[in-house]
Amino acid sequence: MSEVRVLVGTRKGAFILRSDERRKDWTVEGPLFPGWEIYHITGTPSDPNRLYVSQSGGWFGQLIQRSDDGGKTWETVGNEFLYDGVPGTHQWYDGSQHPWEFKRVWHLEPSPSNPDSVYAGVEDAALFHSDDGGKTWRELPGLRDVKGNLWQPGAGGMCLHTIVLSPDDPNRMFVAISAAGAFRTDDGGATWRPVNQGLKSEFELPDATAEVGHCVHSIAMHPSRPNILFMQKHWDVMRSDNAGESWHEVSGNLPSDFGFPIAVHAHDPNTIYVVPITSDSHHFPPDGKLRVYRSRSGGEEWEALTNGLPQENCYVNVLRNALAVDSLESCGLYFGTTGGQVYVSADSGDNWMPIVHDLPAVLSVEVQVLL
Amino acid sequence: MIRVTLPTHLRTLAGVTGAVELRVEEPITQGAILEALETAYPMLRGTIRDITTKERRPFVRFFACGEDLSHEPADASVPAEVAAGTEPFRIIGAMAGG
Repeated sequence: MSEVRVLVGTRKGAFILRSDERRKDWTVEGPLFPGWEIYHITGTPSDPNRLYVSQSGGWFGQLIQRSDDGGKTWETVGNEFLYDGVPGTHQWYDGSQHPWEFKRVWHLEPSPSNPDSVYAGVEDAALFHSDDGGKTWRELPGLRDVKGNLWQPGAGGMCLHTIVLSPDDPNRMFVAISAAGAFRTDDGGATWRPVNQGLKSEFELPDATAEVGHCVHSIAMHPSRPNILFMQKHWDVMRSDNAGESWHEVSGNLPSDFGFPIAVHAHDPNTIYVVPITSDSHHFPPDGKLRVYRSRSGGEEWEALTNGLPQENCYVNVLRNALAVDSLESCGLYFGTTGGQVYVSADSGDNWMPIVHDLPAVLSVEVQVLL
Repeated sequence: MIRVTLPTHLRTLAGVTGAVELRVEEPITQGAILEALETAYPMLRGTIRDITTKERRPFVRFFACGEDLSHEPADASVPAEVAAGTEPFRIIGAMAGG
């Protein structure tokens, strides 16, 4: 029987939740790295026991931890994230230019084929790569050449939080930055271009359709259709059918099209999930009801998934890295909340149950299926 | 031997329980102590001071012999008791937050 391992990063440590493929009975291990902010803990597709952790804190800065035995033991690896050359400046809140300053690693994305190859998305926004298992890091500076001087931090910081590697082309990848937008490379990260055509930010940008500056919250892709992308923007749920060349809105009948994460079903590339949040100033679900919304048509038509989720007095948020999908035959979904709950559905979202109630605020959720 | 005490998070990170003892070449300065500490415990690089600029992280403080040495230059000599190993060089996390 398969084992399911859910990797949870929180404001005060990491947790590993384990179950079998029925996903009903769970063990909770942790906190790992207690007291530290764990922006991301993730596994490596080609070696599931190779885990990477972004560990940071206001006192002692950024660390990267690596495990080669599924989280039993950990090794501190490289934490030297130096911008390439003279870092330059980006736009500051008051419109002035501000020097690029490294703050933390938001997201770690291991290669699908090589456990030693891993990308790191950081704040202030940049993309780094390691080809030695996280011991050393090198920036891919071409990304910041794409009008980086016009990028501006959002309320959560100017973070590169999403990295999507194309499964059919090792030279293609997408990244998303708040508040700069989505970007694509077709040459392994040497050069980049913005892929934001069709995004509209009427209330956030002087030019609502600007080439850069949009607050993209997350992007998802199904590996069987690498040219189709789904995006949760600050406001608006968007879809691209041409690898980001253009986007169109698919928010349809959602109660709010503001939100953070977006995910695609493991086996049905047309089924997608979002968690609507009331607004940019009210980071909690509409009407105090925690509802995941599912579209089986790739957007536009959405249904609320509520069985097992609190439907009154619920005022938590679900952050951009805190929604994950497993690969079991009956597709499982997992999400964590800022209230410290982690929920699981073992049936594509029809029914939910809490795995844990009272963790620190959840920053990230990833899932591994171990055969 | 120079004795250095670390805050809880850094003791855990370094895998030590009490004060660490370091052999430090003379002249014994704050910078030389930190250099020796990071050489002996490389997982601490970047946690006490910036990797590149070597500047103390804002919420880290240095104390010894009842004095706050946080604003002393890195090449300033430490108190004689620290150099003699009779008093520890204390690295602490500043009280911060709300």
